[in-house]
Amino acid sequence: MSTSTLRAKHRRSTLRTLAFLSPWLIGFTVFFAYPLLSTVYFSFMHYDGFKPPTWSGTKNWTYVFEHYPFFWPALRNTLWLVLVMVTLRVAFGLGVGLLITKIKTATGVFRTLFYLPYLAPPVAATMAFAFLLNPGTGPVNSLLEKAGLPTPGWFNDPTWSKPALTLLALWGIGDLMVIFMAALLDVPKEQYEAAELDGATPWQRFRYVTLPNISPIVMFAVVTGVIQTMQYYTQPLIAGKVASGVIQGAGTQFEPGYPDKSTLTLPQLVYNLGFQRFDYGSACVVALVLFALSMAFTALLMRRKGGLINAGER
Amino acid sequence: MTHVLEKPVGLRKAPPTPAERTARRRALLEWIAIHSLGIAAALFFTLPFVFVFLTSLMSDTQALSRDLIPHTWEWDNYRRVFDTPGFLTWWKNTLFYAFLGTALTVISSIPVAYALAKFRFRGRNLALMLVISMMMLPPQVIIIPMYLFWAKQLDLSGTLWPLIIPMAFGDAFSIFLLRQFLTTIPDEYLDAARVDGCGDLRTLLKVVLPMAKPGIAAVALFQFFYAWNDYFGPQIYASENPGAWTLSYGLESFKGAHHTDWNLTMAATVLVMAPVILVFFFAQKAFVEGVTLTGVKG
Repeated sequence: MSTSTLRAKHRRSTLRTLAFLSPWLIGFTVFFAYPLLSTVYFSFMHYDGFKPPTWSGTKNWTYVFEHYPFFWPALRNTLWLVLVMVTLRVAFGLGVGLLITKIKTATGVFRTLFYLPYLAPPVAATMAFAFLLNPGTGPVNSLLEKAGLPTPGWFNDPTWSKPALTLLALWGIGDLMVIFMAALLDVPKEQYEAAELDGATPWQRFRYVTLPNISPIVMFAVVTGVIQTMQYYTQPLIAGKVASGVIQGAGTQFEPGYPDKSTLTLPQLVYNLGFQRFDYGSACVVALVLFALSMAFTALLMRRKGGLINAGER
Repeated sequence: MTHVLEKPVGLRKAPPTPAERTARRRALLEWIAIHSLGIAAALFFTLPFVFVFLTSLMSDTQALSRDLIPHTWEWDNYRRVFDTPGFLTWWKNTLFYAFLGTALTVISSIPVAYALAKFRFRGRNLALMLVISMMMLPPQVIIIPMYLFWAKQLDLSGTLWPLIIPMAFGDAFSIFLLRQFLTTIPDEYLDAARVDGCGDLRTLLKVVLPMAKPGIAAVALFQFFYAWNDYFGPQIYASENPGAWTLSYGLESFKGAHHTDWNLTMAATVLVMAPVILVFFFAQKAFVEGVTLTGVKG
């Protein structure tokens, strides 16, 4: 084949690739790259949405880090959620996944029942939990009282609001259960048989056969859990709004993080600064902190050996 | 069944040895333990739904008490929810957003996913990494410029268009999921189509798409649920115009309008949850497949 026909072929294949990728190429530029750069730009501007933006240097940054009373509590809450909520979700998801592989009666019914809460729309699920855990009229405290147990204030008590959110997150474990179940069923049976012949206890079988086999999935669950926590917005916001009990429609002014800033997360600050205080510059500072954190975790996910990027390439 | 014959017949009637008896007892105990745990877990996952449903049928006064079971079953509560101004509009808006958004996402994501799965070109891994980065990015990171773009430059705030239009340009999660699915289709099918003289577009439409139906179904379901559940998007763009609210967004203001009426609020909550769960029962397989596909193929 002559070089010119080769070159023509190459050009045709490039054009073909570009044509197929074009929707995403436009989407990436217009709805990702451009707004991301603009976020950096606005983080150095003073902008209230009405008067044209003016250069403000690092004023927004010092404001967010030193004077904005919600930033550090929100970051601390995020850390709490990453440590407690993500850990418990992975442990509980793995436990429920194990349990479902062991249940031999009416497996389909159990699996569906365990999975359904995952599908409940976040707003509806949170409203439901705000009602269930309502200290005054909620059925949970009513049951706890009948059993003679202490009745926490849940979403109305700063020490209990994050555990209440964690409970809500554990309720919606369905996706992790399915992922763990599939991974557990993939563990080679011979390895269990060999371990049993060697006289391994159930715990040893779990520790030395199950865990090494599913460790990539555990890692996946941890990293995606952390990334989900970076985006955690609807549940804490609705829980705080409903529990605070002030009659308010959507869009009403609302002191974020009720009670006592305990349900604040970083995404809520972007909303508070940008759309309630009309301080777009400072909102962009928080957005960039959020960006840095999530990208760090995404990099971790993609660096993992045999990670997402190699998925399906065999 | 030859192995039955190999067993010495006399042994079957002999009383179990102590070792056999402990093994059998242990198996029984394990069975009991696992099923009690299973029932405990089933209660944890189901009771919230049950209590929400029971409360939705209570009278206005009883909903303020600590009772668990309704004294009288007020099915009328559900009609009263629909009488609430706006509730029907929220349904219409949600269906519009969910159906149109899903259709646009599927149509625009398929060719991109196909190219990322089956074309060999320079920068393919980079493109894939960028898709994954987009998928992982919290929407709040770019919301300020996006809002300014749609509201100030295009004057589209108070509508759902700023949420729907971007879906015509590929959605990162859908592209990723579809690409995962398409890589499992053997190249031999594509080569055969090429030998038969099919161009790329025809190969995609006639060969790949019919084989990719389960993957497309999963993407469509996820996107539909995404729109159904979306709170942040409508809050940013539609909050100023109640005529453009969606169910997820309206539900919260419903609680505001019906401050202490837990029964009506819970009835509305049931009405927002029900379609999602109904759709799941009809498309269970596609949904579970999608979840596994994004998580396990690593």
